[in-house]
Amino acid sequence: MSQLLEIERLGKRFGGFVALDEISLSVATGERVGLIGPNGSGKSTLVNCICGTLRNEAGSVRFDGQRLDGSTAHQRTRRGLARTFQLPRPFTSLNLLDNMRVPLLYTVTARGGSRTVTEIEARCVELLREVGLEDKARRLPRELTQVEMRKLELARAMAAEPKLLIADEAMAGLTHSEVEDIVGLLKRLNEQGVTIILIEHIMSAVMSFSQRLIVLVSGRKIADGLPDQVMRDPDVERAYLGQ
Amino acid sequence: MRSDIFFLICLAASAALYAGAAALGNDYVFFAGYVVLQYVVLSTAWNILGGYCGYVNFGSAAFFALGAYSTVAMHKLHPLPIPFLVLIGGVVSGVVGLGMGYLTLRLRGAFFAIATLALAVVLQTLVVNWDYVGGSRGAYIVRPETLAPFGPYIRYLFTIMLLLAVGAVTVARLIERSRLGYGFATIRDDELAAEASGVPTLTLKLIATVISGALMGMAGAPFPYYIGFLQPSSAFGLDYAVNSIAMPLIGGTTSWVGPLIGAVLLGSLQQIATVTISSAVNLLIVGCLLVAFVIIAPNGIVGLVQRYVQHKPEDFVGRRKVETDAPEAVP
Repeated sequence: MSQLLEIERLGKRFGGFVALDEISLSVATGERVGLIGPNGSGKSTLVNCICGTLRNEAGSVRFDGQRLDGSTAHQRTRRGLARTFQLPRPFTSLNLLDNMRVPLLYTVTARGGSRTVTEIEARCVELLREVGLEDKARRLPRELTQVEMRKLELARAMAAEPKLLIADEAMAGLTHSEVEDIVGLLKRLNEQGVTIILIEHIMSAVMSFSQRLIVLVSGRKIADGLPDQVMRDPDVERAYLGQ
Repeated sequence: MRSDIFFLICLAASAALYAGAAALGNDYVFFAGYVVLQYVVLSTAWNILGGYCGYVNFGSAAFFALGAYSTVAMHKLHPLPIPFLVLIGGVVSGVVGLGMGYLTLRLRGAFFAIATLALAVVLQTLVVNWDYVGGSRGAYIVRPETLAPFGPYIRYLFTIMLLLAVGAVTVARLIERSRLGYGFATIRDDELAAEASGVPTLTLKLIATVISGALMGMAGAPFPYYIGFLQPSSAFGLDYAVNSIAMPLIGGTTSWVGPLIGAVLLGSLQQIATVTISSAVNLLIVGCLLVAFVIIAPNGIVGLVQRYVQHKPEDFVGRRKVETDAPEAVP
């Protein structure tokens, strides 16, 4: 299986604080990877460096065979790297349909895919249908519930037609059934060919979703392997449960 | 409605407005109308960056003055017909807008607003010390009394400003309904999410600054011919900076129609106050209305009307809407 994302000795500091310390990892095309770690371990910083929101000071990020270093966040999205945010960040003045429309207009068409207004509209509706928000297409995001907001966030990321989706705590604050709902949604997206990195604290969701698990602690990668093996790793147990 | 049809309707409305003003047989209507139309252009231009993108520009007067002073400079260098001066004013202000945008658009919120204010101060200082355009003494532009086929020269100036207003409103409406408009809205809502959705935010903000600055410069270009004597204090006047912000805020910033309503309402009110009380109360009127609208209708007149149309009157308690699940209009 070819490698879609390759991270080599990635480093990021905030002043004197080392947020990421020579992180190296790779994700294969079509893989479902879980990324876990205690609060402050550097998970979101890693996502921000991969997606171009933050600039890494050391190391490199390769995506689909190309170096991403120096490219902006929107350029990375156009190359097929999409993300969701820890706290949903919908476009509040646009209705759900238009929230879908933006990535289609700016990402898909920028890749050279020409689509008519009708085709774009149909795709927006289709995306909302996939996440069960079709009947609220003309509503504003503020009228959605927490789980619906998470689904909107996922649908908008999918509208960019990514090769890799990074879901940053997409299930935080949801009930058990809502978590299952989102996990099911992510699995369906993966079946459609999208590689997914899931960052999550809800271990049942991570374990049921991930084919491979990576653990970060204090900006360092301490484990990378099959979920069951990783969870039995003494270093991981120490990081989560203490000495 | 298609933009070309909208443009033709605007032209027809403008012709009717001109005919109406001419029928009154009093040239003061053209003098007053020119100022109102000038504010339509300024507030529409301000709204492209301030309303659509959410970047508050306090430097409107600087762009307006750049247009005016480019006319003075051209008048001394090589006099040209006003339509050419309008284009030159637009280019000069657009280029300065691009430069300002490149230097300041990485700033956000109050920091960006302060930077634009600083631009106005810097440009005013430069003009005050630039003798070629009159410096602090000011510059006289003697305009002809009449111009065929318009008759009195003010009617010619009024026509130019009328066409500029039509152009500005058409451009704003075109942007609002385009891919660019969606991009601007995402910048206003959440820049980080916009970038994550593939929107090139810096490029779009630069486009907004250039269009906004160019339109303001175009509004300022005929001003020396209107006023006859241009000095830094009149070109960089506080009125332009305050009105170009207050008018869209009062009309509504999320739609092209908001700045138009705000400019016509406030501009007319100010002209009436000028002839009945004193021009000194103009800013007082703006200030009082602004405070009132912030409390009563934070989304401006357009927002107030949209809410009233979409919800039943009984949904309102006083002026506050009771929670309903009905959607609001998308700008």
